Amino acid sequence: MILTAADWMDVVDWSRAQFAMTAIYHWLFVPLTLGLGFICAIMETIYYRTGDPFWKRTTKFWMRIFGINFAIGVATGIILEFEFGTNWSNYSHFVGDIFGAPLAIEGIMAFFMESTFIAVMFFGWNKVSKGFHLASTWLTAIGANLSALWILVANAWMQHPVGTVFNPDTARQEMTSFSDVLFSPVALNKFFHTVTSGYVLAAVVVVGISAWFLLRKREEKMARKSIATASVFGLVSALLLASTGDGSAVQVARTQPMKLAAMEALYDGQRGAGLTVVGLLRPFDRERHTPEDSAFYFRWQIPKLLSLMSFRQADAYVPGINDLVYGNTEHRIVPAAWKMQAGRHALEAIKEYRQVKDSADAATLAYYRNLFTPDNPEGENFAEYGLGVMGYAYLNAPTDIVPNVPLVFYTFRVMVGLGLYFIVFFAAILFLLYRKALTGRRWMLRLMVWSIPLAYLASVSGWIVAEVGRQPWTIQDLLPTMASVSKIGSGSIMATFFLFVALFTALLIAELMIVTRQIKIGPGPLEESTAGNTERQND
Amino acid sequence: MNDRPNAWVRVYRFYRDGFREMTLGRTLWALILIKLFIMFFILRLFFFPDFLGGFETEDQKNDYVMEQLLNFKPQ
Repeated sequence: MILTAADWMDVVDWSRAQFAMTAIYHWLFVPLTLGLGFICAIMETIYYRTGDPFWKRTTKFWMRIFGINFAIGVATGIILEFEFGTNWSNYSHFVGDIFGAPLAIEGIMAFFMESTFIAVMFFGWNKVSKGFHLASTWLTAIGANLSALWILVANAWMQHPVGTVFNPDTARQEMTSFSDVLFSPVALNKFFHTVTSGYVLAAVVVVGISAWFLLRKREEKMARKSIATASVFGLVSALLLASTGDGSAVQVARTQPMKLAAMEALYDGQRGAGLTVVGLLRPFDRERHTPEDSAFYFRWQIPKLLSLMSFRQADAYVPGINDLVYGNTEHRIVPAAWKMQAGRHALEAIKEYRQVKDSADAATLAYYRNLFTPDNPEGENFAEYGLGVMGYAYLNAPTDIVPNVPLVFYTFRVMVGLGLYFIVFFAAILFLLYRKALTGRRWMLRLMVWSIPLAYLASVSGWIVAEVGRQPWTIQDLLPTMASVSKIGSGSIMATFFLFVALFTALLIAELMIVTRQIKIGPGPLEESTAGNTERQND
Repeated sequence: MNDRPNAWVRVYRFYRDGFREMTLGRTLWALILIKLFIMFFILRLFFFPDFLGGFETEDQKNDYVMEQLLNFKPQ
């Protein structure tokens, strides 16, 4: 198939749009599963310890919401794997071994833990012992989070590839250290930051639905107790979220400085750089050299905070977009043009090796073996300054390494702003509960209901910061999106894009309808729930 | 004599009874099955072929991808 430049960019753009849309829809279902599983487990633990049927009934109500979300969201992530194989075949082949191991473990864990224990969780009331049922609920929640671990480890490797070496015979990155991949600081921060964001979202959903009951003066005891449980869980999670977010910023500063510069719209690097709290950007032009003083219409900064948060030193130098594009000799920042040159030399070396590998003499083969194996000085140097920047070879201009700054800048502020809002939100709810003053404050109850979409907005914004901020890379410095896609026509991708929009929107509407109906029905009468009526129990 | 059925039978009955007694769960299962049917029997078969699945050997596949990566022309 012959593709023109315009066709190729169509394929790249439609593939990216489709992947982004699928991932965002998938992510609408996942965080609630991650957090609500633990909230159900905590509630069931209270039931187990107190024997109070009220807690059994409350647990079962939230378990029903968990079940609906799980059933509708399950397998939506598989479509991402379809897209890897069809639209992103170069990328899939390039990373095959790295993705293979974590995703295989994820599949096994998801299958055995979630499918086994979720069945006990829903079918097992009054059929297995209370202790075994409780253990199953906890294991379902833990299983869902462990599944997320492996996906996030794979994602973190794309943001900061470690523990691998490129094999020029197979055109693949091959794993040299599983522990380096698994315990990479980027992976650990990403995992904890992502799952804690799910916990906050789930706590907001529980609080919001419970507030709806209080506004309608229904199920008031269940609503109050649920709000108390979810608010404690939410406040602890929101504080952990802020802490892991801080850790993520440190990792981004070290491993993806362009993403950090885009998050702050920092064009010229600074010592003692300030953190912009709010600001309005001038129109963005990737191709133009934008000096720092003309980037904003206005902004309000906290002096030195960006340096302090990124490098733990108030006067640390934070590189800006222009430093990373054009280089900065004083701070030993290599220009992107140099890396483009180095990347092209790396591709040339691979090409030469492949041309001579079947006919070369022993000395030539030994030279190339040394070059491609980073266990000797020459190979180590080539791994860092050749293969380590091979993705730059595909770029047209140094400015190609700049992501969409306004999108990253604004979504970062939405994410952080809402993250801070949720800390205050849960603290205020707990304070009002302690003062027994929540039920009478209808404006607060309404705010709690309307905070549900804000939790989803914060969650999706976080993904946009992480994924748009790393553009143009599919794998940081190694492979850009334009070289990752398959040589296929954009027509089929467009068709499936709209098919997915229809499918996922239908699933979302189905979820909203079923959940809304179940909330309106409520948890059902206490006697029914505790008398062993299995028909209701198994919902 | 022990009349208790063996573990496999008990597990089978556990799931059988569980599915039989579902109410809302039936709607959800119907949704799951329709979704999986659309994904695996329509999308996977007709829209998402394995792009590199047509090669006979692993080496051919490696060579193809390497060609793509080495001869990619920046536009």
